[in-house]
Amino acid sequence: MITVKQLIRSFKDGSRETRVLKGIDLIVKNGEFVAIIGRSGAGKSTLLYQMSLLDEPSAGDVIVDGHSTNEMSTDEETQFRLFNFGYVFQDYALLPELTALENVVLPLIMQGMPIAAAEEKATAALRRVGLDGRLDNLPSQLSGGEQQRVSISRAIAHTPHVLFADEPTANLDKESSAVVMQLFAELHAAGQTIIMVTHEDDFARFAERIVKIDDGMIVSDERVTIRNRPLESGV
Amino acid sequence: MLSLLNIRVGFYLALRQIRRASRWTTTLIVFVMLLTFLNLVVVTGVLVGIIQGISNQYRTQETGDVVVSSLDSKDFIENSPQIIALVKSLPGVAQVSSRYIAGGTIEANYFSRDQKEKPNETGASVDGINVADENAFSNLSTHVAEGSYLSSSDYDTVLLGSQLIDRYSFGKMPGLTPLKNVYPGTKIRLTLGGHTREVVVKGIVSVPANSPLAARVFMPEGEVRELIGRDDYAVNEIATLLLPGTDPIAFRDLLLRSGVGANAKVQTFEDATPNGVAEIKDTFAMIGNAIGSIGLVVAAITIFIVIFINAVTRRKFIGILKGIGISGEAIEISYIFQSIFYAAIGSSLGLLFLYGFLVPYIAVHPIVLPISNAIIVAPVASTLLRILLLVVATIIAGYLPARMIVRKNTLDSILGRT
Repeated sequence: MITVKQLIRSFKDGSRETRVLKGIDLIVKNGEFVAIIGRSGAGKSTLLYQMSLLDEPSAGDVIVDGHSTNEMSTDEETQFRLFNFGYVFQDYALLPELTALENVVLPLIMQGMPIAAAEEKATAALRRVGLDGRLDNLPSQLSGGEQQRVSISRAIAHTPHVLFADEPTANLDKESSAVVMQLFAELHAAGQTIIMVTHEDDFARFAERIVKIDDGMIVSDERVTIRNRPLESGV
Repeated sequence: MLSLLNIRVGFYLALRQIRRASRWTTTLIVFVMLLTFLNLVVVTGVLVGIIQGISNQYRTQETGDVVVSSLDSKDFIENSPQIIALVKSLPGVAQVSSRYIAGGTIEANYFSRDQKEKPNETGASVDGINVADENAFSNLSTHVAEGSYLSSSDYDTVLLGSQLIDRYSFGKMPGLTPLKNVYPGTKIRLTLGGHTREVVVKGIVSVPANSPLAARVFMPEGEVRELIGRDDYAVNEIATLLLPGTDPIAFRDLLLRSGVGANAKVQTFEDATPNGVAEIKDTFAMIGNAIGSIGLVVAAITIFIVIFINAVTRRKFIGILKGIGISGEAIEISYIFQSIFYAAIGSSLGLLFLYGFLVPYIAVHPIVLPISNAIIVAPVASTLLRILLLVVATIIAGYLPARMIVRKNTLDSILGRT
């Protein structure tokens, strides 16, 4: 479970201070699929970065499974992210000189897994997203949709507690977006906690809960009564 | 923290980054490292080699490996014929040359000069040589640039060292006034042992200024013996070149045990080397090291810039690596491994080039300089030390920029924020 308490994030530009998050309170339970939506500049990605420990809040706290993250050093945060979180970025964020398999293997090796075992696990993760035929391809040899699926494999290979996704379909065509959302739906069905930022309402409705942010504050937090499914939505 | 896990991940990343890096960039960096290595080793090696070249000239053209010379209290070596016979009979001897050496003067242009003009003359050491033995010993004939070499039947004929000839001489040495208008066939006056003779210049020996042959007059030994009145065949110097593998110290000691020391000084080449040569070598090595260390700094800066640009352009990916949980140390280590790779490949190629080609080639074809025929002196131990220096400098130069980029805020790196 992730608990966000009175989270504030400000940015200083000279003497001017811009407060992007203005005291957010939010609880995400294990196994939930939460979509954070809002217009551009509302602060949704900034909230995701705070919750995923990629950025430090100006005030407030993020508590993961009862552990306050305020006291963590940078190295401890990195270690924490390695074992507990998975990330899917808008632009896939794959390392260009590593093959699809190596991109997925790398965090597993960092966890201390022997290379052979890591490769086995990574292969299984890539097979799960339908890329077992592209293991040795570099990112430049893959389509945008395929790269995003590699990114998802990397995020889930070590079975993280929480999967964070920042606009995962923003750079994809409709067909690839549908495949990605299908994957998220399957992962959620298997019990994966997912926190996803999106500005597309259609994709947000794949989640079971939609949190809307505007001007750095939560303006609505609703359960989705009629959820989209890829086949139903026709995307 | 420097852990085995970080090293493993760093190596995993580095290996793949090197394997998939631009070949041109890799080639360029390796080439810079190769040049730096050569700069470190060869510049010092040539500077020391200049002095070594002079030393080698003295060994191969003057003293040999073991030299027998007159005692300080004598002008010649008593019982020379017996000593020469003894030396020639010993095992391990390659060549022996015995020489009569006496101070004399030579004068040119004595017919054409105005009586008020200063004579065109100079003092010189006159060597009476066994023409065949000397040639076998010092390859004297190969240095004859003009005219031809002496034959044993020559009489009133000389070879002149190039420092004695105005158009060859290197600078103006004090007390030495090189002869003008002297060519093969020119007649000059030779004064030796109180006798003055008109002799014909048969050839000119062209050697570097510091060669022991440079300022000498060579004549067949019979005529010199006659001019200086040495009826007892007592020579001034017996130079011996030994076969490879023969220990000069053991040979010297053998001669001393045979009683030669009673009539002459017996010295190895090292014994006969003038004081100060070792210091000159050390000085040149220090100058070489100073020049080399500038090269080392340039290489370190080059690697720093290359790694820095690499790290800056990959800042987003470094951020992503940290974002997905790869430790900063592992990322830094990956850059250190890359730096070590460049230094190791550059140095290995340099080693191959140095010991596979350059050193053996220059040993056979020395660099001809006005003061000596320089070789490259590159002892393996000091070369390895320089490689170590290069690797250490490269590691530091690779680590610092990586550290600078890795320490930046993870999210700022991912988003490309400054």
